[in-house]
Amino acid sequence: MSEPVVVVGGWASPFVTRVCIALKLKGVEYEFLQEAVGRKSELLLRSNPVHKKMPVLLHGGRPVCESLVILQYVDEVFPGSSILPADPYHRAVHRFWAEYADAKLHTALRTMRGMVGGDKADAAEQVSAALRQLEDALAECSGGKPYFGGDDFGFLDIVVGSYIGWFGAAEKIAGLRVLDEASTPRLAAWAARFCAHEAVRDLMPDADRLVEFGEVLRAALAANASCRP
Amino acid sequence: MDHQQEEKVQLFGMWASPYVYKVKWALSIKGMEYEYVEEDLGNKSGQLLEHNPVHKKVPVLVYNGRPVAESDVIVQFIDDVWKGQGGRILPEDPHERAMARFWARFVPDKLSPPIWKWFTTAGGEEQEAAREAAVEHLRVLEAELNLGRNEFFGGDSVGLVDLSLGALAYVIPMYEEIIGARLITEEMFPSLYAWMGRFLAAPPVKDHLPPMEELKLRFRAIREYFLKNA
Repeated sequence: MSEPVVVVGGWASPFVTRVCIALKLKGVEYEFLQEAVGRKSELLLRSNPVHKKMPVLLHGGRPVCESLVILQYVDEVFPGSSILPADPYHRAVHRFWAEYADAKLHTALRTMRGMVGGDKADAAEQVSAALRQLEDALAECSGGKPYFGGDDFGFLDIVVGSYIGWFGAAEKIAGLRVLDEASTPRLAAWAARFCAHEAVRDLMPDADRLVEFGEVLRAALAANASCRP
Repeated sequence: MDHQQEEKVQLFGMWASPYVYKVKWALSIKGMEYEYVEEDLGNKSGQLLEHNPVHKKVPVLVYNGRPVAESDVIVQFIDDVWKGQGGRILPEDPHERAMARFWARFVPDKLSPPIWKWFTTAGGEEQEAAREAAVEHLRVLEAELNLGRNEFFGGDSVGLVDLSLGALAYVIPMYEEIIGARLITEEMFPSLYAWMGRFLAAPPVKDHLPPMEELKLRFRAIREYFLKNA
């Protein structure tokens, strides 16, 4: 496929990070259009009128929205390493846990980071409980191999892995551990392995940068709100 | 996949769950036989808890002893396992597949919540706001369903998006009857309205619908419960 590939998003969003990791894994060149903090570009609004959210993948100008949808599209369209497992049952297992991860982690992490209201300790407990489930899922899916995907990482690694930077940032802001070797040893080891992978290394946001970013975002959103009539 | 081998398919479900019907319709598209196990959700079986320990919900499909949970995951599993058998649930073209997956998510993410809110809220401002939100999302679907010559979102036959939206074809008219107000009229939503009739009459669907009178009684009781406990 020689049609241009564009990702519209932000470096801090785990949903965007996962798309970039997938493209890097496939060896696909793409242009990254960084959205301005606290403001949505015309391109984003035009490409994703339904949700008005990042990421949007533009392939030959055609938009694909929703990160899990994009991941599967990237897997189906570009040759190279497989992202989804080949076996239908394993694909189902990956899809099940991907939905679980997004349902349990996203909002709870935002609560821990103070981006939305809510009790931080409760949110941390929800994240920890979800990670304990994912620890078991990792044991089952990996069958003793390094990744959820087996010998190399796949769909579920990318989905859960995209949150790793955020775990660190949330822990710093809330002052509560969620990902640690004591309660989830396999997952902690997997996280280190994932972040060191060449397809992930340059894309995983640093926890400190994310903490700073959260403050910049909050300020920008507050400024936007105060500008409205 | 060697289809000559005996395949054991079990579906754990509950007679009123729209998610269970979604799976039944998908199995019907593939022409698959299965054993259906009705669950009493007030007293869940050991088997259900074993097969879906994470969510403890129906539907669960058990294929040769291996459980798959979450209706959207199950439907895609069904399409993967019985690829080349029966009808296609997802289209062939990757971009069209992405669109199908996108619109299939739109239903539970955007459309269903305000419809449920409308149904479970007493008449007034809050209910009206829910209704308006639902109508806004229905308008988006109506535009998308600019079917032209297509009978269904999936084209000539029922596909992923039709399955995702599917239960609303009988649920919305029931809600309308119980509340005494319309959400979808032919004038406002000509394509959706026509689609609803076609969906309920479609081959994989028409013989696999819940008992309507019982369902209506159940929904009435649900609305009463919510209004009382508001």
